[in-house]
Amino acid sequence: MKNSNVIQVDQLTKMFGDFTAVNAITFNVEKGEIFGFLGANGAGKTTAMKMLIGISKPTSGKANVAGFDVFTNAENIKKNIGYMSQKFALYDDLTVKENITFFGGIYGLTRKRIKEKASILIEELGLEEVANKLVGALPLGWKQKLSFSVALLHDPKIVFLDEPTGGVDPITRRQFWEMIYKAANQGTTVFVTTHYMDEAEYCDRVSIMVNGKIEALDTPKKLKEQFNVDNMNDVFLKLARG
Amino acid sequence: MSITVSNISKSYKSVKALENISFNVKEGELFGLIGPDGAGKTTLFRILTTLLIANEGSATVAGFDVVSDYKKIRNSVGYMPGKFSLYQDLTVEENLNFFATIFGTTIEENYDLIKEIYVQLEPFKDRRAGKLSGGMKQKLALCCALIHKPKVLFLDEPTTGVDPVSRKEFWEMLKRLQQKNITILVSTPYMDEAALCDRIALIQDGEILQIDTPQEIVKHYPKQIYNVRANNMYQLISALNAYEFNHSVYPFGEFVHYTDKRTDFNPEDLKVYLEAKNLSNIHIDKTVATIEDTFMELAK
Repeated sequence: MKNSNVIQVDQLTKMFGDFTAVNAITFNVEKGEIFGFLGANGAGKTTAMKMLIGISKPTSGKANVAGFDVFTNAENIKKNIGYMSQKFALYDDLTVKENITFFGGIYGLTRKRIKEKASILIEELGLEEVANKLVGALPLGWKQKLSFSVALLHDPKIVFLDEPTGGVDPITRRQFWEMIYKAANQGTTVFVTTHYMDEAEYCDRVSIMVNGKIEALDTPKKLKEQFNVDNMNDVFLKLARG
Repeated sequence: MSITVSNISKSYKSVKALENISFNVKEGELFGLIGPDGAGKTTLFRILTTLLIANEGSATVAGFDVVSDYKKIRNSVGYMPGKFSLYQDLTVEENLNFFATIFGTTIEENYDLIKEIYVQLEPFKDRRAGKLSGGMKQKLALCCALIHKPKVLFLDEPTTGVDPVSRKEFWEMLKRLQQKNITILVSTPYMDEAALCDRIALIQDGEILQIDTPQEIVKHYPKQIYNVRANNMYQLISALNAYEFNHSVYPFGEFVHYTDKRTDFNPEDLKVYLEAKNLSNIHIDKTVATIEDTFMELAK
């Protein structure tokens, strides 16, 4: 099983001065898994995620992401992962097509491949009519779905999603999760943070961070059994209240 | 009536932000505006707090007209915008003092109103607002909105991006404020928070879909909902979406909420269909509608 782990984290720690933001976290994520990374505000999720995507150097510990070491090979990690931030990060004053072309270029795709990808993606998202419209004019839900597709443009091994559905209407939120399921079904590993506890149930496994440490990690079903509650919201409340 | 809104419409150039909105909020009521980003919630808040003028319609807050009596409204309401709007370079205490002073009062005068919230902030009173955590910022913003003892409190998405623990605490605080006879209009994209309001308006694309108590809103759901579960979620959703008799298919936590077009629907038929699609461990049980089910049905 070890070989199918696309994320391996061992005692990973990050300190800011004398404050320990991430405290010796250890976990693995398998290929094709949807891994929910939960925690209260300030628990250390974003700091942990920044280390995993190669933009923040850990203080100590080990981590291997998509086959590369976070200390020595961060640049290769960036090439092999997709990342969608909670803040909308596409260019508002470029059109849908221009954004796809731009990010395709950044990821080093050929012109031919970008063209192919763009037309598949636009069709799948039903964006034909707005393909030449500025992204800034699209409703939030469409933007989020587009951002997700752009994060997958270069067929990354892992996609990191930081609160991808905040504020999105409930129908679009579900369409978004169907896209996540589809990507996972095709073998892409999905690493996702969310504050919606019903979404935590959609994950194969869920970890919950409290004050820099991972205090629970299992399938939603087992976590509910372990804490003897009916839903993930109550699991979260029991744990994070401490 | 603490807030009256009659036939309010507002456009930004060609974009219609609000279309013919009407509702009333009673004194001491906790009223929720429930809808996603872009629904028009913030525009409505800005009109009611006299920061924006509607194209059509009229509204009153605390008995004053939002256009002709706007100055009186500003003294009678507290407003917590969705975006953190306190002074980042002032400390916790300085911010609170500042807001008390511009409203001609002091922290001491209305301390009982904010006490429960402020005690949690007190250890950090010398910290600059910009250096606080998200949950602490939210508590400080609420204190600043309350310090002049407003009759009506406007809270625009106070819990967006806030974790479930802080969200729960925040709503407990609102319930306590309501006991002190403050009318509260609160907006949220979290459907589960709707159940905590006395009445709610479901809003999408600038229009109100429905107004009622949370209990009545779910009662009006037109169909029987079934919880469906199987061994593989992705394949289950795909199979249900492809089923010719489906009316709606929505993932809901560990289940899929399914409704059928037919009036004589037999769950056994669906089970047979799903088995033919190679799914196993199939469970189909009746369940009751939630606010979110109702919202999605109305927004369809």
